[in-house]
Amino acid sequence: MTLDAVLVVSAALFCVGLYGALSQQVVVMVMMGLELMLNGVILAVAGLWWFLAPAPDGQVLLLVVIAAMTVEMAMGFAVATLLHRSRESDMTDTATDLSG
Amino acid sequence: MSVVLGGFFWFLAVVAVAAGVAVFRVDSMARATYALALSFVSVGVMLLLFDLEYIGVITILMMVMEMAIMAIFMIMFMGMNPALMPMSMVHSKRGSMVLAGGAFVVLAGGALLVPWPARRGVPATDLTQSLGEAIMGSKMLVMLTVSPVLFATLVAALVLASPRGRYDRFGDDLRISPPRGPEQKDGQL
Repeated sequence: MTLDAVLVVSAALFCVGLYGALSQQVVVMVMMGLELMLNGVILAVAGLWWFLAPAPDGQVLLLVVIAAMTVEMAMGFAVATLLHRSRESDMTDTATDLSG
Repeated sequence: MSVVLGGFFWFLAVVAVAAGVAVFRVDSMARATYALALSFVSVGVMLLLFDLEYIGVITILMMVMEMAIMAIFMIMFMGMNPALMPMSMVHSKRGSMVLAGGAFVVLAGGALLVPWPARRGVPATDLTQSLGEAIMGSKMLVMLTVSPVLFATLVAALVLASPRGRYDRFGDDLRISPPRGPEQKDGQL
């Protein structure tokens, strides 16, 4: 178990999530992609913390990432609910009002 | 011991990534939810390997609950039993795959090529206690910032998800008195 290995695994998780966030049409599936990306970030931060500087600051950063995940989830569900109520759909393609 | 830990780490890594891939490969949303939960549990156990008991357990508990809620939302929005309905709803599949693959090459290449410095310092004897002391001491500002953000999230999520807002009750100019009840339609006084 080395830092390189941890970072490669976290990069794989991040990129699988990136693929999902870019390719999925259902809002909840897009959220799953974002969650997977943050999953990779959590692992990378934990690995960097453990192998480079195991001070408490790194743990606080992890808590902030987990809080960001919570915010993303709550707002995502709220937007999905609003979208479903107003458009009877949960697809990203029906929510392109702000696209340039 | 380190060989066993290393083997266990790679086992968890394979499970985490394979479950992550399965999220977008399985043919039902419910299975996708369970696959994502499995990926999070694997990462949570990896955190435990770094002696991060508190954060590892938080990650596992939070994500298992979150995925259960997510499954409920999916059933609610899809209006069917998503475990039984094959589905594939994707767009720009090829472009997304190229972008994700390119990002992986860049990130993994950086991870392997960067000469990482040697470890500085040693972990505290009790990591959970040291985290608590940091939150309540030198890093209190971080938590003081996160708290209002979470509160604002709660308020914003409720406002977005609420079926009736103030414009529904008081009209477009917010001057209708008494406010409309839930049974009154738009334009009715």
